[in-house]
Amino acid sequence: MFSGIPLFPTQASTLAADVDALYLFIVAITAFFGILVTIVVIYFAVKYRTNDPMKVGARIHGSIPLELAWSIIPFLITIVIFAWASSVFFDIYRPPDQTLEIYATGKRWMWKFQHLDGQNEINELHVPAGRPVKVTFTSEDVIHSLYFPAFRVKADAIPGRYSSVWFSATKLGEFHLFCAEYCGTNHSGMVGRVVVMEPTEYEAWLTGTVRGGSLASRGEQLFGDLACNTCHLSDGRGRGPSLVNKFGSPERLANGSTVPVDEEYVRESILMPAVKLVDGYQPLMPTFQGLVSEENVMALVEYVKSLRAQSSTVSRAEASEEPAQPAATRENR
Amino acid sequence: MTVGAPIAAPKVTYLNHEHTVASWLLTKDHKRIGIMYLVVVTFAFFLGGIFASMIRLELATPAGDLVSADTYNKMFTMHGVAMVFFVLIPAVPAILGNFILPLMLGAKDVAFPKLNLLSWYVFVIGFTFTLYAMVSGGVDTGWTFYTPYSSRASNTNVMATGLGVFITGFSSILTGLNFMVTIHRMRAPGLTWFRLPLFVWAVYATSLVQILGTPVIAITVLALAIERFLHFGIFDPVLGGDPVLFQHMFWFYSHPAVYIMILPPMGAISEVIAAFSRKSIFGYSFVAFSSLAIAIFGFLVWAHHLFVAGISVYSALVFSFLTYAVAIPSAVKTFNWAATMYRGAIWLKAPMIWAIAFLGLFLVGGLTGLFTAALGVDVHIHDTYFVVAHFHFIMVGGAIMGYFAGLHYWWPKITGRMYSDIWAKVAAIIVFVGFNLTFGPQFILGYLGMPRRYHVYPAEFQVLNVLSSAGASILGVGYLLVAIYLLASLFFGEEAGDNPWHATGLEWTTQSPPLPHNFASQPVVTEDAYEYSKREIKVV
Repeated sequence: MFSGIPLFPTQASTLAADVDALYLFIVAITAFFGILVTIVVIYFAVKYRTNDPMKVGARIHGSIPLELAWSIIPFLITIVIFAWASSVFFDIYRPPDQTLEIYATGKRWMWKFQHLDGQNEINELHVPAGRPVKVTFTSEDVIHSLYFPAFRVKADAIPGRYSSVWFSATKLGEFHLFCAEYCGTNHSGMVGRVVVMEPTEYEAWLTGTVRGGSLASRGEQLFGDLACNTCHLSDGRGRGPSLVNKFGSPERLANGSTVPVDEEYVRESILMPAVKLVDGYQPLMPTFQGLVSEENVMALVEYVKSLRAQSSTVSRAEASEEPAQPAATRENR
Repeated sequence: MTVGAPIAAPKVTYLNHEHTVASWLLTKDHKRIGIMYLVVVTFAFFLGGIFASMIRLELATPAGDLVSADTYNKMFTMHGVAMVFFVLIPAVPAILGNFILPLMLGAKDVAFPKLNLLSWYVFVIGFTFTLYAMVSGGVDTGWTFYTPYSSRASNTNVMATGLGVFITGFSSILTGLNFMVTIHRMRAPGLTWFRLPLFVWAVYATSLVQILGTPVIAITVLALAIERFLHFGIFDPVLGGDPVLFQHMFWFYSHPAVYIMILPPMGAISEVIAAFSRKSIFGYSFVAFSSLAIAIFGFLVWAHHLFVAGISVYSALVFSFLTYAVAIPSAVKTFNWAATMYRGAIWLKAPMIWAIAFLGLFLVGGLTGLFTAALGVDVHIHDTYFVVAHFHFIMVGGAIMGYFAGLHYWWPKITGRMYSDIWAKVAAIIVFVGFNLTFGPQFILGYLGMPRRYHVYPAEFQVLNVLSSAGASILGVGYLLVAIYLLASLFFGEEAGDNPWHATGLEWTTQSPPLPHNFASQPVVTEDAYEYSKREIKVV
């Protein structure tokens, strides 16, 4: 697929078609106005040209109706573009409820992906076609940007916080993944491929590459190794709050405010526990900043998520029952 | 009105009334200071051009085979630093503005001539620091200096470059202040605000941005230095800072800085198009106020550089909307320029050819901004070659072409000599063609997904990159040609006479090159700008 001279990128996700439709609309609008003004300028330059420097032009100072027309009409057109583009943007940033979750870490100069079932990949990401996939990621050093051109999505990987992108692949094959934010020497080497597979092949791939336990079980292991379990007792009688059924629900803080317990909050609470202290608890927890790698933080986050009674995250086991999203074999438009 | 001044006895001009080196280095004459800026900026332009050539040579093949990755990263960084801070920002205001603005106002000089000289020295000191940073190992952060790469990871000369930028900023602030006071206080009798040439309006709007925006980059660089040296956590999350805060602060200046770069060339274009169409500018007050609108709205759009940097969806919506709002005054200007040509008496001399080339390229640059402002599309094209192509169409196709149009227009006034009209037209066409070939393919590359700042790239992008590199070499030839015939004009050019273009404007009423104190007697203005039709009865 990497042969020939491409002029238009492969459309390999549900979003790609939406983005391209909008893109082509703007191409049409801008081409129309660009060509119109060009023709007008060239026409005037030819029609009114003179070699007599003593000639002067007509006495015209302007026209209010024209000024209003060429202010208001472009403004209305830009409103249309703005509205359409914003609605596409909402789709890009709002993942569907049921997604296959994958974690990723950017570090100079590689991408490490962690699947929930424990598989790890570097600069390569295997995903099933036809299912929404959400990649949650951060950076261990400087800012990177995780970019899947064939899916038309990217987001910066910013140290200290989580970002995410989602896509639902519609085309089987291998596509580029790039780092899009300059990150130093081998920025252009921080590339890889995303492999879109038939769901059945994907299952086979997962089974074939399984090593160790699931991400959540690795998190559980860490939870013990780091002695988190000595305070975060599951019955709520420890020095730290119980984490059972914590994820996804709002948490009341010591300062009176309420935050949703999401990936970002769990991460922050591990690395900077004093920042958002839970109401009724003492700031006893030490910071784990610099002691736990981002990958292990993700394992811990996943463990905390797994302590929910009902998980909205789809693990591999549930995957096959998932109703098929736009089919894998969907044709390119 | 004289056509080509008769050969007269040697006249006293600002160039020949004093000859010593000290008479230049200690001059308070805005015209000589303008020339001194011209020398430094031209040097920076060639330096930036050499870096650009290295980039395009490296990218002719997908592999990183010409220079190492680190060298490549320094090349694009230093290309950006040299071009943005030492060419685009000073080119039109500091060179043409310094030279022409007081002449246009019928003034003897700017309001604060000593401050004006100080601005030049501050500029040169800042440039020297930057040059030092470049020759003593270079810098590799990109001209955007994003944290935490610049504060923690890069071990190149970040702070020497930062100091250069910091110092140079003060030159920009002082120049802006000087011009603003000059425009308020030094206008000739009768030269009311709505009789001002549009170049003056553009410079005024630019001064506003320079004064209000530039301190922010100074603060940002200072904060970066505090973090780098004293390890105060401002931007680095490990120290408790926020890396995205840097981007907000950086773009709060650097986006308005785009308007520092493009507004003055727009002003020059208004002058050239009116002069060579022999007409009043169409919609004078709309063009004038659009400059102010751009200057003001330009402060409200910075976060469109952060659409994929984790800002909230709702702030992205607001900034996208405001970005579309700032596009309208630019569109209004473009339509007015085109309308000015309607029923003009269009004299296609070289400056007009450069101005028409500007219109073509600026149009593409402006229209492609509609893509980058569109949230849903920007997610895909952000940080790709689409953006590189877009801002080069604005910055080079717009700002540099506008600068060249202005330079060709006022060259006879500045030097008293005519350059070769035919070679100047040939150069304009070569630059236009070379430019489109260089940056046109980059739009396609960007939509294909090629990220910017890539030393090596996938092989399927090669053909478009080769086209781009070929275009760059044509572009280089075009620029060299300009340097050659302009230099040649100093030695072989015909005497220009006071007003070779038969243009309106006070600058054309004094001799070329002007007197040391500009005018023999205080000019008085009795009519609006661009009153060509009053001058002759003959109307086409």
